[in-house]
Amino acid sequence: MSEAQHLTPSQIPVTVLTGYLGSGKTTLLNRILSESHGKRYAVIVNEFGEIGIDNDLIVESDEEIYEMNNGCVCCTVRGDLIRTVEGLMRRPGRFDAILVETTGLADPAPVAQTFFMDDDVRSKTKLDAVVALVDAKHLPLRLKDSREAEDQIAFADVILLNKTDLVSREELRDIEATLRAINPAAQIYRTERASIDLDKVLDRGAFDLKRALENDPHFLEAADHDHDHDHVCGPDCDHDHHHHHDHHHHDHDHHHHHHGEASPIHDVTVQSVSLRAGEMDPKKFFPWIERITQTEGPNVLRLKGIIAFKDDPDRYVIQGVHMIMEGDHQRAWKDTEKRESRLVFIGRKLDADALKRGFEACLS
Amino acid sequence: MPTVAPLDLAGHCVSAEFVANIPFFSLAEGEVHRLDNGQKSSTVHDGLLAATVALDGKSLITSGEDGRVCSVSAAGEVSQIASVGRKWINCVAAGPQGAVAFGYGPNAVVHFADGKQKTLPHQRSVEDVAFAPKGMRLAAAHYGGATLHFPASEGKPTELLWQGAHTRVTFSPDGNFLVTAMQENALHGWRIADARHMRMSGYPAKVKSISWSVKGRWLATSGAPAAIVWPFQSKDGPMGKAPLELGTRGDVLVTCVACHPADEIAAIGYSDGMVLAVRFADAKEVLLRRPGKGAISSMAWDQEGRRLAFGSEAGDCGVIDITA
Repeated sequence: MSEAQHLTPSQIPVTVLTGYLGSGKTTLLNRILSESHGKRYAVIVNEFGEIGIDNDLIVESDEEIYEMNNGCVCCTVRGDLIRTVEGLMRRPGRFDAILVETTGLADPAPVAQTFFMDDDVRSKTKLDAVVALVDAKHLPLRLKDSREAEDQIAFADVILLNKTDLVSREELRDIEATLRAINPAAQIYRTERASIDLDKVLDRGAFDLKRALENDPHFLEAADHDHDHDHVCGPDCDHDHHHHHDHHHHDHDHHHHHHGEASPIHDVTVQSVSLRAGEMDPKKFFPWIERITQTEGPNVLRLKGIIAFKDDPDRYVIQGVHMIMEGDHQRAWKDTEKRESRLVFIGRKLDADALKRGFEACLS
Repeated sequence: MPTVAPLDLAGHCVSAEFVANIPFFSLAEGEVHRLDNGQKSSTVHDGLLAATVALDGKSLITSGEDGRVCSVSAAGEVSQIASVGRKWINCVAAGPQGAVAFGYGPNAVVHFADGKQKTLPHQRSVEDVAFAPKGMRLAAAHYGGATLHFPASEGKPTELLWQGAHTRVTFSPDGNFLVTAMQENALHGWRIADARHMRMSGYPAKVKSISWSVKGRWLATSGAPAAIVWPFQSKDGPMGKAPLELGTRGDVLVTCVACHPADEIAAIGYSDGMVLAVRFADAKEVLLRRPGKGAISSMAWDQEGRRLAFGSEAGDCGVIDITA
């Protein structure tokens, strides 16, 4: 079945590549561009880097963050992308998809929100996925010195844990556990020199409600079963096994460990809260989730969920970015599936206990 | 009965204008077509982003994805005015004494007729530029407001501030007001004398087309199922007054407006390609063109106000003669 049918002909898929300088973004970009898949790409870059990008259509765009005038601090878009996408879409015959390469320090939220909040961009393009490149060797250091590295991981639909050849097996496990703790909903792939089957990063439909959580049959599973075969130590693990950081005073709230997945690396400020319950009452669930996104929106980087409503034969899926939330019926529950509701919040300063109580209060 | 002479072109029409009374159609691909005893064309850019008519009406000024600003004469001769490398030049404006202004990145650049060039840096990206009707004064719209420059002198620029992103800018023909269109579905205005704010909101979509009526008595705008026309007759502008809503249609948006050069009439273009002419005094409507292939993206009247050139996002362009 062709995936293209999910897009109206005029909606061009957009893949966003994030990651620190040296994480392998440009290598992946050139892989995408050079592989013979018959697709033509328009590439939007923030700066022409030292490594050349081998493509006919490259647009340089200055990162320009616009706060929307609606009183919401997290409602930000990228003005430069609005302009550039608008210009590109006036000459649509030249490309089949758009790749946006962000700078290492870019905040991924405004990039993603541009594709939801600007009507013109939204009508002509469709955000396919946010792909984060992570340098296995340098990630611990990055997490220590920057919030952006965390945001990029938290925001990603697909994470390439790259340069795995440069670290030991133990280090790799720890890093993967950290990634999983920050973002239990993302697909994580280990790569060397950004080598990966491109169907793992392209045409993911990560923001397409009909497909989003279909890509990941084990959505939220990893967060629950913290000892799957790749992991020596899961995200819930409290073992004190990260000795590389200095033990100065941490003002983190470790009470979240019980329900949330606070990271084993103490430099991490992003946490995830994974919730699971039975069938929900839509009259209780919708007011609750709307209130949460309104009041907690600035703290919620991403949210994803599959909800089972009582007496509803169809799965209801929701996904959100800060205060933007979308939900729709996806498909019928299969006989083999357990009818339960699962929801994950990825963000900062999340009150896991309150979220859990609120979620469970929506049970039918 | 108005008659339509269609001109089907391939691609998004960025601007329809009259240059020396000849209809000019600029396409996003980079060609400029003109109807001068038959259809003729010149390739001007690899990707054309903006076009406007020089103040003397004798040439078209264009800017492109190729980082160039060009002039196209009535005979179709192309000459380069400026080049900035591989940056997109998103906006261009024509000023007095042959001056041309354009914006790229955070810079507004004024190119004078004698070849001198002045670059005016800003904190944020320059989204649009406009010349004042009198004197060598330039407005640059950007995130956070608009900046007024006197590019021919070393005077300190005036900042007009209003939170949000300002994507288009225009001076009223009397020079008393500056109006911007915003990323939000709103216009913002300032009375230049005292920087008094005017907020014009309530649009269901972004305002992308703005046109001043004869003598600047009204400001017609797109962005709603009707043309929203704000009264600017008083010294306070439209404050405290309701705008006219002309040519209201159900679920079809107005995408383009062009006020007649002599009468209080606006041509109104819609997202389905229809064009109406509507009189302000009594809201009387005349159908100028039935719906076409794409949303109307640009319209302009000739100097006498007899012919209207129009272009669409799908390339179905043409000239409407209202006197025939």
